[in-house]
Amino acid sequence: MDNLNNLLQGFEDVIAPMNLLLALIGVLVGTAVGVLPGIGPAMTVALLLPITYGMEPVQAFIMFAGIFYGGMYGGSTTSILLNTPGESSSVVTAIEGNKMAKAGRAAQALATAAIGSFVAGTIGTLLLVLVTPIVVDFAIGLGAPDYFALMLLSFIAVTSVLGASRIRGLVSLLMGLTIGLVGIDAVSGQQRLTLGVPQLADGIDVVVVAVAVFAVGEALWVAAHLRRRPVEVVPVGRPWMGRKDWKRSWKPWLRGTAFGFPFGALPAGGAEIPTFLSYATEKRLTKHPEEFGKGAIEGVAGPEAANNASAAGTLVPMLALGLPTNATAAVMLAAFQSYGIQPGPLLFEREASLVWVLIASLFVGNLLLLLLNLPLAPTWARLLRIPRPYLYAGILFFASMGAYAVNAQPLDLFLLLILGLLGFAMRRFGLPVLPLILGVILGPRAELQGRRSLQLSGGELSGLVGGPVSYAVYTVIVLVLVWPLVRRFVARPLRERGVRER
Amino acid sequence: MTSPTDERSVEDARPPQGKDRAQYGVCAFLALLGTAVLVDGLGIPHVTSSTDPVGPRAVPSLLGALLLLVAVLYAVDVARGGHGEPEAGEDVDLSRGIDWRTVLLLIGAFVVNAVLIERLGWVISGALLFWGTAFALGNRHHVRNLLIAVTLSLTTFYAFAIGLGVNLPAGVLQGIL
Repeated sequence: MDNLNNLLQGFEDVIAPMNLLLALIGVLVGTAVGVLPGIGPAMTVALLLPITYGMEPVQAFIMFAGIFYGGMYGGSTTSILLNTPGESSSVVTAIEGNKMAKAGRAAQALATAAIGSFVAGTIGTLLLVLVTPIVVDFAIGLGAPDYFALMLLSFIAVTSVLGASRIRGLVSLLMGLTIGLVGIDAVSGQQRLTLGVPQLADGIDVVVVAVAVFAVGEALWVAAHLRRRPVEVVPVGRPWMGRKDWKRSWKPWLRGTAFGFPFGALPAGGAEIPTFLSYATEKRLTKHPEEFGKGAIEGVAGPEAANNASAAGTLVPMLALGLPTNATAAVMLAAFQSYGIQPGPLLFEREASLVWVLIASLFVGNLLLLLLNLPLAPTWARLLRIPRPYLYAGILFFASMGAYAVNAQPLDLFLLLILGLLGFAMRRFGLPVLPLILGVILGPRAELQGRRSLQLSGGELSGLVGGPVSYAVYTVIVLVLVWPLVRRFVARPLRERGVRER
Repeated sequence: MTSPTDERSVEDARPPQGKDRAQYGVCAFLALLGTAVLVDGLGIPHVTSSTDPVGPRAVPSLLGALLLLVAVLYAVDVARGGHGEPEAGEDVDLSRGIDWRTVLLLIGAFVVNAVLIERLGWVISGALLFWGTAFALGNRHHVRNLLIAVTLSLTTFYAFAIGLGVNLPAGVLQGIL
């Protein structure tokens, strides 16, 4: 009941005309930037972060919620009209979405994506309201060893569950941890890896790292391989759906939401698995199996809903535990930190009004998105034709502006370039970017929690397995680590023996 | 006789199933990074107290050691034929090698902006950045690009620095803008 009152208060704040305008701007700018090819939601949020630097936290978060959902929706428009998934979570949408567009059903594909995103986003945000307080109640009892274990689980999960190669995930994570190490040690006040540069004493700002590896790295990488030919954009009118399309869409929306939210909320979730699951499910349940692979509306409706619901789900561990589970949440967390706000269970006590304003803005932003995007779709489609030199010049321009604005020091621009080149090399060698960002953000906090745990035990390593939760988490970690070995040394020989005996 | 650039583009264009030897460079980089982290760690005074029995040296030492270990594991993976897929995308044409000229020009434009931003101010250095990157990316409408660049940097300056209070330097145009 208390939460409901808080939420209503949050709505009251958002609906003030000035704040509503900010939400509107956030949604518009978020979609516009998110639509641009090659720019995923995480990069959208990172690039647009500087806009909010001069604002009060409440206003900034209202705008942020709009940018968040706007960037998500923009990505799906790109994948339908261009077959360019801005982020791995939109890959599945592109499969059927682009086929629909090429078959002249772009309007229906965009409509089912927009309405499905709205349905999933609204249900997802409602679930966020219901689930987060429960997680907070649980998290409030957690001690330093439990947090340390949870962060360790995030590291392990992001390197070995997601992504194709464990060793490459690990490389990326370790580089991120190294970047996170730079600066003055919070406990002892000693300088580490600062090379005697005074500006590095405060560490390298996470926003600079995020903008560098997402935006600069991507722009440099594309520039090095730029395809010099005009892009084919499927022309589109105003999105609409016939009665038959509605009938075929509503169940996939709901099923997609059911897949998306729980996976988003898990420490190793993300949107890739639920979107694929949703696609596979719709393919099996459909009454039009012949259309799959040629542009089936269910194949757009389900994965899009799963994608948006999972985005809402990632906010649960982000707000309640301070654990980001995907790139967008990681950048959001960086945004919180730039306001001196540390997400975690105490957030709901200390900054309750702020959190509820954010959640209320998610509802409002989602609605604005639906109202805007149906009529504006043709405009967004035109944005896809932007000449590529201008697009990537613009990305580098805004990236530089944002990185400079963080601390107003030119050194950050050189860091942006160096880390951008790192991002470039990572794309060249197929190293995933997410583990690096997670390492930068969670590394220092994991060290702090680890040292805090050992303080209680006087330096004995046994201090790391303190709370009851830590035992459970370590069990999961062991299972995650051992499973591939088991499969390799037990399952395979068994199967081979079985074959031989027969 | 082939020039070094030719060799490189041949190597980059090779299909990924061949052994990608440039990956050993990544291993070397990781080993170097690990050594640097370890050496820097040795320079940190070993300060411990009852509230912090671990001290600031433990994590760098562990991280340095892990970096060295991963460098070796990575090298083993590469030797056994492991390779990462270069990132694909709509605007990315992976059939040709890396266009180093464009990349170097972009780096140049970037450095010019970083050096000049405080002296000349964002409006000028940002415009140069946009113009320079558009040029690097192959756009040759110099006058039009200059107009776009100046419009963009003026708009961002007024909207963000003056309108929203974002930190952007006015530089030599202080008092004029």
